[in-house]
Amino acid sequence: MKKYDHLIFELSNPDRRAFEIPKSDVGEESLESFLPKKALRAKAPELPQVGQVDLMRHYTNLSHKNYGLDTGFYPLGSCTMKYNPKINEDMARLPNFTETHPMQDDFLVQGNLELMDNLDQMLCEITGMDKMTLQPIAGSHGEMLGLMLMKAYHADKGDMNRTKIIVPDSSHGTNPASAAMAGLDVVTIESKENGEVDLEALKEALGDDVAGLMLTNPNTLGLFEKQIQEIAAMVHEAGGLLYYDGANTNAIMGITRPGDMGFDIVHLNLHKTFTTPHGGGGPGSGPVGVKARLIPYLPVPFVEKNEAGYKLSYDSPKSVGKISNYYGNFGIYLRAYVYILSMGYNGLKRASEVAVLNANYIMYSLKDHYKLAVDRPCKHEFVLAGINTDIAEMPTVNIAKRLLDYGYHPPTVYFPLIVPEALMVEPTETESKETLDDFIKAMKAIVEESKNDPELVKTAPHTTPVRKLDEVGAARNPIVRWEPKE
Amino acid sequence: MFPYIANTPQDEKDMLKAIGFNSIEEFFDDIPKELRLHRDLNLKPAMTEAEIKVHMEKLGAKNRGKELVSFLGGGVYDRHIPSVINHVISRSEFYTAYTPYQPEISQGMLQAIFEYQTMITNLTGLDVSNASLYDGASAVAEAAFMAVDKTRNKEIIVPDNIHPNTLRVLKTYLRFKDLELVVVATKEGTFSKAALEEKISENTAGVLVQNPNFYGLVENEIEEIVELTHKNKALLIMSVDPITLGVLKSPGEYGADIAVGDGQSLGNGLNFGGPYFGFMAATSKLIRKMPGRIVGQTVDKDGKRGFVLTLQTREQHIRREKATSNICTNQALNALAASVYMVALGKKGITEVATQSAQKAHYLYNQILEKTNFKPVYDKPFFMEFGITSNIPATKVKEALLEKGILGGIELRICGEHFDNALLVAVTEKRTKAEMDQFVQVLEGLK
Amino acid sequence: MSELFFTKKHEWVLVDNGHATIGISDYAQEQLGDIVFIELPDVDEDFEQGDDFGVVESVKAASDLYMPISGKVVEINEELEDAPELVNEDAMANWMIKVEITKKEELADLLSEVQYKDFIEEE
Repeated sequence: MKKYDHLIFELSNPDRRAFEIPKSDVGEESLESFLPKKALRAKAPELPQVGQVDLMRHYTNLSHKNYGLDTGFYPLGSCTMKYNPKINEDMARLPNFTETHPMQDDFLVQGNLELMDNLDQMLCEITGMDKMTLQPIAGSHGEMLGLMLMKAYHADKGDMNRTKIIVPDSSHGTNPASAAMAGLDVVTIESKENGEVDLEALKEALGDDVAGLMLTNPNTLGLFEKQIQEIAAMVHEAGGLLYYDGANTNAIMGITRPGDMGFDIVHLNLHKTFTTPHGGGGPGSGPVGVKARLIPYLPVPFVEKNEAGYKLSYDSPKSVGKISNYYGNFGIYLRAYVYILSMGYNGLKRASEVAVLNANYIMYSLKDHYKLAVDRPCKHEFVLAGINTDIAEMPTVNIAKRLLDYGYHPPTVYFPLIVPEALMVEPTETESKETLDDFIKAMKAIVEESKNDPELVKTAPHTTPVRKLDEVGAARNPIVRWEPKE
Repeated sequence: MFPYIANTPQDEKDMLKAIGFNSIEEFFDDIPKELRLHRDLNLKPAMTEAEIKVHMEKLGAKNRGKELVSFLGGGVYDRHIPSVINHVISRSEFYTAYTPYQPEISQGMLQAIFEYQTMITNLTGLDVSNASLYDGASAVAEAAFMAVDKTRNKEIIVPDNIHPNTLRVLKTYLRFKDLELVVVATKEGTFSKAALEEKISENTAGVLVQNPNFYGLVENEIEEIVELTHKNKALLIMSVDPITLGVLKSPGEYGADIAVGDGQSLGNGLNFGGPYFGFMAATSKLIRKMPGRIVGQTVDKDGKRGFVLTLQTREQHIRREKATSNICTNQALNALAASVYMVALGKKGITEVATQSAQKAHYLYNQILEKTNFKPVYDKPFFMEFGITSNIPATKVKEALLEKGILGGIELRICGEHFDNALLVAVTEKRTKAEMDQFVQVLEGLK
Repeated sequence: MSELFFTKKHEWVLVDNGHATIGISDYAQEQLGDIVFIELPDVDEDFEQGDDFGVVESVKAASDLYMPISGKVVEINEELEDAPELVNEDAMANWMIKVEITKKEELADLLSEVQYKDFIEEE
């Protein structure tokens, strides 16, 4: 089945149908009778016409060429690829939720609004913040909003000079890109070797032109930023705000909270920490939480509760406005809500503990075969600085590709940028000891292969549906759509 | 125990012992004591599936919607959704996968996106499509940034007859980048060359046209607007409803540079506003200015056809602050649903869906004008959505309809106080004659 | 008489009678790997020394091109739009832009071929 090689267009036959709608029961008046001819297209859009069996087999065969979390282990650092519970999917498909239109009156969607209000409070409790907005559709959307809130806050205080945002050089690429979207200039500061903030560099960068600092904690190397209180004090002292990139929240649930560390703004990736599926690239959900002094700037609408029930309120004169069409990805954050219910306070804490245990277990099991970026207990993820060169030489990219032959999705590679040959591993709490042991074995076997049969590793993968693809050719002469042969 | 956490207390012991630690607590030693949460999170204890089902059913029962007949639109439409869609997007090889950064094991999703891109370009009549954006509103904002980037001008012109939420989102996005938004007042519901002429200048980066516009009207001067825009070296952005492109002239045919829109209509459920997806297509010369992921066709080292994410230097993980956008996670699974929808319908089916929606909307419109005291808000060509008004407050009209199980429409007051009693009514192919006759009957009975 | 200079950002500059032809060094092309796209400015655009005037892209990296000296663009190498790989094949032969130099004194900031060789060895 993995040999399947058809594009849907190549199966098209003009007389086939996969689906039909009922015939019209109001007659078939011609479009020209009520629309000007010039408003109509010359010919119907070219879409494939296939039978329903062809359709199902096509996508089923495609799915066989795709690796998902239900296929196998996905130790992708900073992405928190944890199991996606099936009850979440079932609950998200309940017609009472799916069949509600975003423009229905509030009194007809009390269940939705109650869910939103409950989730707001749960996420505030987990992060130590005062109010959440569920409107951001993805993590970077949340980042953009968070930075807009920062800017709006300063502007409201009459402080128009604060145009700079500090990000450490170990940060995720979305941080500087989101800053640009919010119209802030990025100042990158060098991190210390262990990925921690260099206080001297921070001090130097801070000033009355700085809007704030963006951080993850634990940081991208999987280490807790021990000086966070000092950092928070320095940033606040300088009039700035502290932004928490929630990519690494899976390490700290029920253990410590960004709100208590001094952060003013937090975004969460519900598709990471809170088990909503990654969907092959999306949809996600990136709620943003703030401390009380930033509430006036949150986007509209927000859910309000009064004696009559729940309502969506647009009454917020200082709000930054809207960043997405309606209320964010309702169907996605509903799944996160179900996940939190199914874990409870005790389960969430246990999840973080086991995520951290699993990461340390792999890290210390691999320390003789790979170089540890930092030799110190990690949180939910850790970074290897490539293979142990005393045993063999092998670029990280080849190790990653060889893992495909062993049936694993590789770890994140060459990130963070501050670690050469980086391999970033995040096992999550949902994987068993047996799975971790097998992965450790495979990682060690690749070191042996690199020593004894380096060609085997360098030419990997060997067993995947396609082999190494020509990315240079794809970028030089982009073919981004199918066209019929002349 | 927790079903999603596999390791047992015994596993925990064995693992700790193997790596020389005594307790998990040791891994958290570096967190300052005063930052530790010295209490349990104030959440409920864990619930089982059975308990969750009861809770969610109860919560869902506080909504009304599934038993109601909907004439709500405004960019989100209640349409027939083929069963195959849910079966395809429920395959966990798709929905539990990460972004296809490892092409060797992601050919399924990559090819599906490549096919999606092809269908979107065919629908819009343009050359290139990306792999999806967040939603229709943010897609308009991203298109505006492309125009700014391409022309190096700072001003975006939009008519006031676009979706009010699109306008809100655009305002927010542009304001923070210090870009200028010029809103043109339209006359009698439609945009015109004359109205644009008053505002357009050498400083204009882009001009937006929404077709059909928020009032459901089919814009009548798009050719002229495109021409004027191009004469001023600005880009023309068209915001469109993808279903209407089954029969309406495509952005490509009009000479638009960028087409955007919300893809909900293409096989995605209502879901109280999301997840939907935004689509974007453009002329080939704009490809390197596009935001988001793009899939390209290539070959593997054995010469076999394959697909990869391409032109990635546009994106945040490489370009950081100079990227075309900060978008990372998109709406891939919703775009997949849209692909399956377009394949299920095919060329003939999408034409039928568009045609029937328009025919049924005109049936209802004519019946209302014939049998009731309601008047059209604008007496102009429309597609499948129209405004009606009377001397009865819109809320009263909605109440009366709801009594008969009908969601009557969107109060046009959201577009301005002058639309006092007006209701925007949408009709899709899913509505039946009986449902529409009931609608008319309720209006007839209103005094 | 034409004279060849280099910059620490790895551009080469061939100066001839008030005009400069600019490309990237062989070392730079090697660092970048397979070049897939080159974005060049429009003719008649003015740049100050140090401004970025374009971008060179490989599959996984994008590097800005910096103006070695202030000047006005008089010609761009259009051949590179369709065949960026030419720079990989011969970086010295495949120039990117020609400019009219506006601040001759800035030539003093540039490196000679020997100085540049020493510089990349240090790197």
